[in-house]
Amino acid sequence: MILPALFFYLFAGICVASAVMVIASRNPVHSVLFLILAFVNASGLFVLLGAEFLAMILVVVYVGAVAVLFLFVIMMLDVDFAELRQGFLEYLPVGLLIGAVFLAELLLVAGGWAINPALVKTAVAPIPADITNTEALGLVLYTRYIHYFQISGIVLLVAMIGAIVLTLRHKPSVKRQDINVQNARTKAMAMEVRKVAVGQGLQDPPSREAAE
Amino acid sequence: MSFQAAGYSLTPALPELVLTVSAMVLLMLGAFRGEKITGLVTALAVAMLVVTGLVVLWLPAGKLTTFGGSFIVDDFARFLKVLALTGSAVALILSRGFLEEPSRRIFEYAILIMLSTVGMMILISAADLITLYLGLELMSLALYVVASSHRDDAKSTEAGLKYFVLGALSSGMLLYGASLIYGFTGTVSFAGIAAAAKEPTTGLVFGLVFLLAGLCFKISAVPFHMWTPDVYEGAPTPVTAFFASAPKVAALAVFTRVALTAFPGITSQWQQIVVFVAIASMVLGSFAAIGQKNIKRLMAYSSIGHMGFALVGLAAGTQEGAQGVLVYIAIYVAMTLGTFSVILAMKRNGQPVETISDFAGLSRTNPLLAFFLAMLLFSLAGIPPLAGFFAKFYVFLAAIKAGLFTLAVIGVVASVIGAFYYLTIIKVMYFDEPKGAVDPVRTELRTVLAVAGGFNMLFFIYPAPLITAATAAAKSLF
Repeated sequence: MILPALFFYLFAGICVASAVMVIASRNPVHSVLFLILAFVNASGLFVLLGAEFLAMILVVVYVGAVAVLFLFVIMMLDVDFAELRQGFLEYLPVGLLIGAVFLAELLLVAGGWAINPALVKTAVAPIPADITNTEALGLVLYTRYIHYFQISGIVLLVAMIGAIVLTLRHKPSVKRQDINVQNARTKAMAMEVRKVAVGQGLQDPPSREAAE
Repeated sequence: MSFQAAGYSLTPALPELVLTVSAMVLLMLGAFRGEKITGLVTALAVAMLVVTGLVVLWLPAGKLTTFGGSFIVDDFARFLKVLALTGSAVALILSRGFLEEPSRRIFEYAILIMLSTVGMMILISAADLITLYLGLELMSLALYVVASSHRDDAKSTEAGLKYFVLGALSSGMLLYGASLIYGFTGTVSFAGIAAAAKEPTTGLVFGLVFLLAGLCFKISAVPFHMWTPDVYEGAPTPVTAFFASAPKVAALAVFTRVALTAFPGITSQWQQIVVFVAIASMVLGSFAAIGQKNIKRLMAYSSIGHMGFALVGLAAGTQEGAQGVLVYIAIYVAMTLGTFSVILAMKRNGQPVETISDFAGLSRTNPLLAFFLAMLLFSLAGIPPLAGFFAKFYVFLAAIKAGLFTLAVIGVVASVIGAFYYLTIIKVMYFDEPKGAVDPVRTELRTVLAVAGGFNMLFFIYPAPLITAATAAAKSLF
């Protein structure tokens, strides 16, 4: 009984501390690294709750994809974060006030919360007791809910087509290497021998494209 | 097969499968052959939309369900699917001229419209909240892309971005509502929700409000209409013609199905919302359009107003009301596509003209075009004996039968005010000095205009097919 409680406070403490560091650290790269730490600890909290599938998804999706993407964006964009943070102290009192109001509201709502026990029984698919929830999801995701899965796939296909349509540009001036053309060049195509009169030079040097 | 026995037959979803697979095949064709094949891909896409429509009609009669009851094909779905497919196919035909310019030869345009139509068909057939959401996202995501398909134009890009951001907001609201409904009823299927929602609990009504707000966004009903004028004006005109037709059909269909099949137990709750939204849309659509100079913006306000009129039928909450909605949306699609074919035909020296003053004297430079546009505008205003009059007649009749007299009176008043701006355009066309000749009209625009205009003018002679189909479709919801 004491061990889960210890781990809860460990994960929750690090999670809150790293969340504070995300907004407090000066270096944006450090902020993202703290964000990753917050995600990992939140996934630890999910494991304690018995929701190991959510924990895995959090690590795979948020840490593996989203946070790394953030990191790339921050490193590639030259954002002046010092300028962004200029009014920080000025707005701190207002921010704290709003935060306090939110906290009070949350406490009031959570304090007065009571779940109707009749509602829990109405669940269509009861939570299976004998298998893990990853296994339970896997059993229905590709069988009972195959159409949802397939439609989501088409949605992602549309997203991909859209990204290509809106960003891909065919520039006519781009020169691409074509090995076949290069190999097919003969001496006659590549070179031109001209007689040059003394003291006159060539009037119009043939361009490379014309020679090809 | 046991999978089939367990309610997972693929037959009811055959039209969607045909359209999706053909879209992917055309995508491969375009990817391998490049931009020069755009014309062929567009033509094949139109052909496949027609084939899909035939498959919808070929499906066995009666109510079919599949995928564990989350996908339903009834007469209501058949009617609206054929309508949505027609709207998409005609919109694609209208965009042929737009796609011929070298800088805009994007073959993906036709494929995105096809996939968006798949989304609409899923939406029309949705029988649970998850299918609804996935269909809505599939439809909208493709729309955001085609809105900004003219990517070198700042207005087009702005339209796409605005539509995307506001669409994401509306999806968020819809999902929030759906999660509340799931939380308070314990199920996502419409039939299950109807069985559980016998009395209005606070949580359920809360969820209902958010769900309907998300859907109002998609049909651009007031107060969730703000994106419409900007997107309609900024998007390329053929895209605007598409936005004003097929997606409206699908969104209105799902609005009707959710209200009538998922929440019949708490009709009085959603009726208030629909009545308010209908009145606000009709009034705003009529007043805000008066000051518009750009014809596409004017059509945006006109479509807001027309969605309000269609919702009058839904507000009645009866079978006649549902029938009114179906007749309304079918006639609305015909009127809108006809009007947009005229807007697309308005070109001077190869440049499209969009302001209302550019229509000046059209009756002398191109009398036939002016006549058809005048008839379509009279129809949009609801003047008998044109089709638009019957559309309004059926929804107002349903509202009066349901005892919603105030709503019907406000609707009639709004439609009279709305007639003002339609008549203004006709006045500009017939009584103002000509501004110079317009370019010759392309064949496909002429064909669409002739069919849509003919339907509008001759509907009153033989209305039976549409009315019978709409009655059967409305009956399948009750």
